[in-house]
Amino acid sequence: MSWRGLPARFRHGIILLGALTGACIAGPWLSGDPTIIVEPAQAGLLPPLSQRWVVELRDGSRTAAQAAQRTETGWVLFGRGEPRALPAGAVVSVQRQVFWLGTDTLGRDVLARLLWGGRVSLAVGLVALLVAVVVGTSLGLLAGWHGGLLDSVLMRLADALLAIPALFLLLLMAASLRPSLTVLILMLGGLSWMGVARLVRGQVLSLKEREFVLAARGIGASPLRIALVHLLPNTLTPLSQDAALRLGDLILAEASLSFLGFGVAPPLPSWGGMVAEGGEVLGTAWWLILLPGVAVTAVVIGAALLADGLGEVARPEG
Amino acid sequence: MARWLLRRLAAAALIVWLVATATFLLVAFAPGDITQRLAEARVPPHAREQWRRAFGLDRPVWTRYAEWIGGALRGDLSTSWTTYRPVAVMIGEALPNTIFLAAAGLLLELLGGVAIALRQARRPFGASDRVLTLATLTAFAMPTFWVALLLAEVFAYRLPVFPPSHMHSPAGELATGWQRLTDLAHHSVLPVLAIGLTGVGAIARYLRGSLLDERGQAYVLAARARGCSARRALRVHALPNALLPLITVLGLSLPFLVSGSLVIEVVFSWPGMGQLVYSAALARDVPTLMGGTLVITVAVVLGNLMADVAYAVVDPRVRLGGGV
Repeated sequence: MSWRGLPARFRHGIILLGALTGACIAGPWLSGDPTIIVEPAQAGLLPPLSQRWVVELRDGSRTAAQAAQRTETGWVLFGRGEPRALPAGAVVSVQRQVFWLGTDTLGRDVLARLLWGGRVSLAVGLVALLVAVVVGTSLGLLAGWHGGLLDSVLMRLADALLAIPALFLLLLMAASLRPSLTVLILMLGGLSWMGVARLVRGQVLSLKEREFVLAARGIGASPLRIALVHLLPNTLTPLSQDAALRLGDLILAEASLSFLGFGVAPPLPSWGGMVAEGGEVLGTAWWLILLPGVAVTAVVIGAALLADGLGEVARPEG
Repeated sequence: MARWLLRRLAAAALIVWLVATATFLLVAFAPGDITQRLAEARVPPHAREQWRRAFGLDRPVWTRYAEWIGGALRGDLSTSWTTYRPVAVMIGEALPNTIFLAAAGLLLELLGGVAIALRQARRPFGASDRVLTLATLTAFAMPTFWVALLLAEVFAYRLPVFPPSHMHSPAGELATGWQRLTDLAHHSVLPVLAIGLTGVGAIARYLRGSLLDERGQAYVLAARARGCSARRALRVHALPNALLPLITVLGLSLPFLVSGSLVIEVVFSWPGMGQLVYSAALARDVPTLMGGTLVITVAVVLGNLMADVAYAVVDPRVRLGGGV
């Protein structure tokens, strides 16, 4: 099937997700270091498209100025407050920098943090998705194939976990476990396997009495071989569609948790955490709140388009 | 019907017991207990031991489990580690506020979703349908906390029309009757709007699909052939049937609604279950966390059960089909 022949929604989803992921991966080459703090008194909360002379000092810190003038003894910086004179020996470099998306309260570049935060948010979402799919598929295959008590126990457990509002359970877990990045991923993945398991179980139940599976059993294929070679490939279409939607859910969950301060820990930027930082200075810096949220929304839209499109690919007549 | 209802109740009870057990196990077997974090705050060892005894952490796991389940059955959810008040009492104060917020948000979602889907189904794939499809997809994808903060930024700070936090102003708290009610309404606008805006997308998307399905059915065609207007055929004939399966969808979406209201409660300092559990998580107040999670889950399971019963009442096929 050619690219053009694919459903429009599928293509739009791929383009949207691809562009965002690409930008985040290319982040370090597109923008500066997200951890660099430029003296907040001079460069804190600059609106988008601001330009400043960023002055690197001998002690490793950075300050900024609207105008910088070279004198015989050093530099004179004009910015917020009185002009400041710096001896030539104290200055390492003076560079013009454009803050395309402004700066946060600490004078850090929002564009750089957005791209780095995207890396973190996307990576956490994708790995958690992988955990959910692997756990869910295994348990779903097991429940569907074995049936009986094991099936009942697993499905009741899934029902129970699905009934708990996820954010409450995540807060409970985050408060009792240490929320490192690995724990966070395991928590998110461990709370999203239920949908996958139900889906796979349903597929297995409908497949396991079919002739090709019975034939495989008849010639003595092991259950593991039947599961991997005969059952799994037939569940791929609904599974991939479900996974695309689930990616959106996971990224939203991670963002909510980071927003609440129980997700990705502060020195590392994340989209949810950035919105929270913007929320602390509500009413003064709209760009801090708006931009990370737009990024989350765009990813979730991309994932939903992809899921819709995958459904269309599977049923071309519909 | 009675047998069906009994089976449903038994399933709900099983779920609640499993949730109670799961929350207990999570906390009991989490690496390191609360006192370990006190140790990080340089609390001497003997004080740590005192805390362990005071919180009952020195007793065996199964005794604590029996106490937790037995207490929960009697409505005793132990005492908060931060406020030293009974958790059940704190929940009793917070739960109505969350139910109010969630119910008002759900109503807004539902009304908005029906209005949007009806407009889309009038001329599917037309210009307004395409625009609304994009709009509902965006609404579906927006993070709740972000919408809440943007609403606060625009309508509480830039244009100070609505209060940015709490359920009542200090004056409204003391007032009674009409004045108290208008004060509550004024404070509810932004939080309810935040729930409605993020929830309307999923409902409209679902309803549009089922409206389009119903539109193609023979009974709608028959109504049109009888001389019924397209508008009337859609609203009076197709809509009720399209709304039926939505009852189940709404029941299943309750956990998401409640999770969403948690974040909104935190943003707007709304004194509900979300705010309670969030501050308990910050303070590692384990009894409040466990009790809050259990009670909110019971509320969700009851909501689900109500949706199932409502569905069985309005659609006889569910009851007569042998009961699920």
